[in-house]
Amino acid sequence: MTGRSVSPGRASGLALVSPAPIGFYGGVDARTGVVIEVGHPLEGRSVAGTVLVFPCGKGSTVGSYVIYGLKKNGVAPCAIVTAEVETIVATGAILADIPCVDGIDIGGLRTGDRVEVDATAGTISVTDDHG
Amino acid sequence: MRLTAEQDLMMSGAHGSVLQRQMRLLARLGTVFGATEMVPIHSVQVSGVSYKSLGDPGLEFLEDLASQGARVRVATTLNPAGMDLHDWREMGVPADFAEKQLRIMAAFRALGISASPTCAPYLTGNVPRAGEHVAWAESSAVSYANSVLGARTNREGGPSALAAALCGCTPKHGLHLSENRQPHVVVEVAAKVTDNADFGALGYLVGKKVKNRVPYFRGLEVPRNDDLKALGAAMAASGAVALFHVEGVTPEAGDVDVEDLPAIVVPQEELDATYQALSSTEEAQLIVVGCPHASLSEIAVIAEKVRGRRLAAPLWICTARATKDEAVQLGLDEVIQAAGGRIVADTCMVVSPLERMGVDATAVTSGKAASYLPGFCSQRVLFRRLDDLLRGGGMPQ
Repeated sequence: MTGRSVSPGRASGLALVSPAPIGFYGGVDARTGVVIEVGHPLEGRSVAGTVLVFPCGKGSTVGSYVIYGLKKNGVAPCAIVTAEVETIVATGAILADIPCVDGIDIGGLRTGDRVEVDATAGTISVTDDHG
Repeated sequence: MRLTAEQDLMMSGAHGSVLQRQMRLLARLGTVFGATEMVPIHSVQVSGVSYKSLGDPGLEFLEDLASQGARVRVATTLNPAGMDLHDWREMGVPADFAEKQLRIMAAFRALGISASPTCAPYLTGNVPRAGEHVAWAESSAVSYANSVLGARTNREGGPSALAAALCGCTPKHGLHLSENRQPHVVVEVAAKVTDNADFGALGYLVGKKVKNRVPYFRGLEVPRNDDLKALGAAMAASGAVALFHVEGVTPEAGDVDVEDLPAIVVPQEELDATYQALSSTEEAQLIVVGCPHASLSEIAVIAEKVRGRRLAAPLWICTARATKDEAVQLGLDEVIQAAGGRIVADTCMVVSPLERMGVDATAVTSGKAASYLPGFCSQRVLFRRLDDLLRGGGMPQ
């Protein structure tokens, strides 16, 4: 699938797919990488090391710093894939040097898929379809 | 994206990895929003200053930037901190919060940023002129800079404003371009809007209706700057209004074409009903004014109203440090303290840890504060005109 390069780099990992937007400020614990927003589809799951897939960011612009904090604490996703253009996530991914691609139809991705992200080219491919 | 030679050097890493990442951020955001070049900026207002909103990740980000030797290239001012930087103990701010807040301020100072935080920098020296390009965060200041001063800025977030300050430029799109500064809707004000709180109520209800469009107001009788400050702040909080025009008042109102625009009428009943809509309690423990930060003339008016009296509830007036200093010199601070009030500098009710300070019901005159206090500070809110609150309305007897 081809999207657009937001933050360059390459990574490969297992997809963690959220059908709902993610608000990093107050929604994800920067120390542990665990989603803490009550009632969120990913509540209690860790984003660490995953290819984190979600429609778009939401909430405060300070959320960019949470993404930076995840990276610094070693619990960041290895790559971020989003459907829509959105400044909070773009800003966080660039500041934290996390490969990030947007403009992807995320409906075709499932949690557990092995996904290769070439964020420099703006492409992703599923190398092992989970189930 | 066309870059100048200097911007290209930043992008290529010739000025180090910190600037490279910041420039890459601006270029990428610019591409996302359809900009083809950067515009040099004259000043920046950074949001995300209170420890309450930054948290530990924000604090660490700023300390990392500072330790890498980054410095801003243009005059840069800061949004309110989470406490009065001098009198935080008297305010009742927890010590663990204060320690983190002071570290944040030290990091900003190391970046070359003014450490006198205020949400109304245009009252204390950061005053762009008409047509000048700036990169401001803080939605109420964005609204004032665009609408009242005629300067040009998009609604920046905290991190993008900081990147603009470090690189000295911002992507040229949105409100930096004349074609995007035209109004989309006419607001006919058929209500009596005289008190400062009326402007907050009007802003709250118009912001909800127009969302992120540009409104053109008719029927407002020569509002004072403090009234436009209240109007714009409330519209930016309940909607995402970054620019408004007022017929016969604001600098660009005469240059725009309002023929054939859709119109909204605001009748008196709707304005009156907003006072109820913004209130969730009949009784408050604390009166707070100064959202956005109070001007010296607002403080002087309050001092005259409370002179020689004792208020039924404590009163905070939030303002910039420079304005408080002037109020002290004029003897206004003394008058307000004698009545049971306090001039609080550097902070405001919305970004302070009010909910950790034993306060759960607050009386305000600001449409913006009334919108944010329930969510940000777990407050029940009483929204009234200042005279009603100072008379003791809504206070425990």
